[in-house]
Amino acid sequence: MSSFSGRSIISLRDMSVSELWRIVEASGEVKSGKHPGLLSGLGVASLFFEPSTRTRLSFESAVLKGGGTVFGFADPGSSSQKKGESFADSVRTVTGYCDAMIIRHPVEGAARMASELSSVPVINAGDGSNQHPTQTFLDLFTIFESVGRLEGLCVGLMGDLKYGRTVHSLAHAMALFGARMVFISPSSLAMPPHVLTELAESGISFRVVSSPEEAQDSEMDVLYVTRIQKERFGDPQEYESVAHSYRVTRETVAVLGDSIKIMHPLPRVDEIAEEVDSLPNAIYFRQAHNGIPTRQALLGLVTGGIS
Amino acid sequence: MSDRVYKVYAIENGTVIDHIPTPMALKVVEILGIGSGGVFTLGVGFQSKRLPGGKDILKIENRVLSRNETDIISLIAPNATINIIREGRVQEKRRISLPESITGVMLCPNPNCATNMLGAPRKFRLENRSLVTYRCQYCERVTGVISENLVSPER
Repeated sequence: MSSFSGRSIISLRDMSVSELWRIVEASGEVKSGKHPGLLSGLGVASLFFEPSTRTRLSFESAVLKGGGTVFGFADPGSSSQKKGESFADSVRTVTGYCDAMIIRHPVEGAARMASELSSVPVINAGDGSNQHPTQTFLDLFTIFESVGRLEGLCVGLMGDLKYGRTVHSLAHAMALFGARMVFISPSSLAMPPHVLTELAESGISFRVVSSPEEAQDSEMDVLYVTRIQKERFGDPQEYESVAHSYRVTRETVAVLGDSIKIMHPLPRVDEIAEEVDSLPNAIYFRQAHNGIPTRQALLGLVTGGIS
Repeated sequence: MSDRVYKVYAIENGTVIDHIPTPMALKVVEILGIGSGGVFTLGVGFQSKRLPGGKDILKIENRVLSRNETDIISLIAPNATINIIREGRVQEKRRISLPESITGVMLCPNPNCATNMLGAPRKFRLENRSLVTYRCQYCERVTGVISENLVSPER
């Protein structure tokens, strides 16, 4: 029995380095076809208390490709919550219908609460602005697959570093692997002090710069780009100027060097020019596709399909 | 008059909590959840060398507080002294320290936390002893301790 069997996956804070390694390794095994039908005979509930098409499709596709059955709802309007049922009662009921439960909820801590009420493993598919661990697992798998290692890398995080839950989680995970980090953002969207404090306390070295070109001498292995949301800015002109400065083009890639990998959790708007897509450095679509083997592997680990 | 120094009656059995900063004794009563039953005596606003703003004293009759309960007091009164009284004598002088976990008596300041929105039980773990910060076990935010967020465990 693995340490994952029967376990809920709620937060990166619950994971050790060896467990992250096991997920990355199992994702590679699934992708290479080592575990066909690893979810066959299993029913997986997909409870999306807030809409998230991309994440839901990725999870549902993962279950189906693994030979399992998936059922649930895509938004709370079509659930019994609309009739006034409490979240706790919904979880207590559905836990008897399935072998694992995927939960997306706008309230922070909802997935943790569900895991305490459920008799089957719960996988957090995003709880408000708190955690979205499977995004980080697929990011780690993609980095490992593309760069060949996870230890001792230099990772640049660019864009909205203030509100982006994805970049906070990735920074936390990469710190466990001893990465050096470069934070590239407008000052109004800089990495929050509590994240920087945590990194400093764990002995991680990082740089804060205002453009990717400034980080040229850091020899980054990966540049992870995130979307800068227009609604974060009161002044549309300020948004335009910021959005323009935080755009990755072929020229940016040339400055950063041949070996750099460009990642993005998608959807993108303008922050990576389409001309970059055809470069071997662009791995963001592969990253999105890696959500399938990663989520399959995770479901296999928690339901016992992978030991 | 030496017998009027504290102006609070001695107890035969129970727990005496001294050196609570004025006026926090009622808050201690609230977080211990003793307001709804049992006998306690409260003294408020005594002069104190250790606490320039004054000190309160709380005497709880016929109840010996557990270690968990007395450690919770350190959230409000880090320098409080605890005496366990049996048959009119001090049986134990107890030191208190910040609890590793807090259950029930602290509200999460994040309005979008499952403890405030979905009825999840309130649970925190000590994050940093010197900064006196705790991490909510649901929304995972780190918070300092402010008395407004400390409540009765029954609430």
